[in-house]
Amino acid sequence: MARIVFTQQLRRFTETPQVDAPAATLRAALEAAFALNPRLRGYVLDDQDHMRANVVAFIDGRRCSDRVRLDDALKVDSEVHVMQALSGG
Amino acid sequence: MQDRAWVATRKGLFELRRRGAQWAIERTSFLGEPVSMLLPPQDGSGRLFAALNLGHFGVKLHGSDDAGQTWQELAAPAYPPQPEGEPVAGVAWKLVQIWSMAAAGGVLWAGTLPGGLFRSGDNGSSWQLVESLWNQPGRAHWFGGGYDVPGIHSICVHPQRADELVVGISCGGAWASRDGGASWSLSSHGMRAAYMPPDQAGDPNIQDPHLIARCQAAPDVFWCQHHNGIFRSTDNAQSWHEITSAPDTSFGFAVAAHPNDPQTAWFAPAVADERRVPVDGALAVHRTRDGGRSFESLRSGLPQRDCYDLVYRHGLAVDADGKTLLLGSTTGNLWASADAGDSWNQVAANLPPIAALRFG
Repeated sequence: MARIVFTQQLRRFTETPQVDAPAATLRAALEAAFALNPRLRGYVLDDQDHMRANVVAFIDGRRCSDRVRLDDALKVDSEVHVMQALSGG
Repeated sequence: MQDRAWVATRKGLFELRRRGAQWAIERTSFLGEPVSMLLPPQDGSGRLFAALNLGHFGVKLHGSDDAGQTWQELAAPAYPPQPEGEPVAGVAWKLVQIWSMAAAGGVLWAGTLPGGLFRSGDNGSSWQLVESLWNQPGRAHWFGGGYDVPGIHSICVHPQRADELVVGISCGGAWASRDGGASWSLSSHGMRAAYMPPDQAGDPNIQDPHLIARCQAAPDVFWCQHHNGIFRSTDNAQSWHEITSAPDTSFGFAVAAHPNDPQTAWFAPAVADERRVPVDGALAVHRTRDGGRSFESLRSGLPQRDCYDLVYRHGLAVDADGKTLLLGSTTGNLWASADAGDSWNQVAANLPPIAALRFG
């Protein structure tokens, strides 16, 4: 199961579930988290369902660059970290 | 005379209360978070709105039904999915910031970057993009003024006819609707864009009004602080004429229209586009009382040396009494006047950069 973890910085706004899900792509992993907390979606994705410009996702330590399709593949035991980019600070 | 006002800043929303002759900060909301705009409760008892622009997590809209004691997050305006091959190349199609809010006739309006206007008929619980404006062919030629994308900073609803409104867009001119937003026409004829090639300087579609304000008691009268100077309309924004009598400079961002006297307005001047600081390091507010034929430079109580405050578009507000004003800068200084600007006293000196001030 892939695991998705969100930055603690989100906790002052909404719940950030740590989710283990059989997700094959980044988007699928995000959707698994949004299913538990729908409000989280608008904090990570914009109104076009793109990753927000100042949010960054790492898969197994590698930064994802595609913010639109979010179709980076996950391995069966991948770890995804959704962080805030310092560019937004 | 209003005894409450709100200050939206880079690091929170501050409630001001007037006790006797003095204004003071009484409550803080969203401390640490950028608040780009607020809408005070209508008629003193309605819902208070705060628009946040979180640096990482985007635009959020919050409403309070108890004047700021508690807040609930509401759905922010959202642009619909961008169609495939959407032809307006280079123009964002996603919510960047809520930059203006207005309410009239049971309808709420929100103006945004990148230039979309949203309407809510359910007290802000849901919002719809005003497609009739968003789909104007002219939008293909709008561009950002101070931001990377165009934005609606002014929404002026007719005080007696809630279906009539004028919106100001940097840089997209001014647009008017007389049918509640179902249809729109350009309303910036007479403005001048010196930043364009000369043969396009008069094009109403690419004008950069910084802020447009309407006289509530004489709603055919509008004032505009434009990128290239001061403009006024006396025919319900059908045409604008330039005002050139301001002393020292006609550049600035903010304007406040006297609510009852169509001859009076206040401006917050800076040297020039390329030098956005007070003339000679001395802060002044310009006031006209004769429709722009002449101005007074009001300085009493404002710093007159080593002052580099800039008053942003929504940083100058006048109350319904026409005598009480608030002036707030991006340096975090806040001043109040009780005598139509003749004199000012400092309310606070160390606030975060001030984005907007509103009474109510």
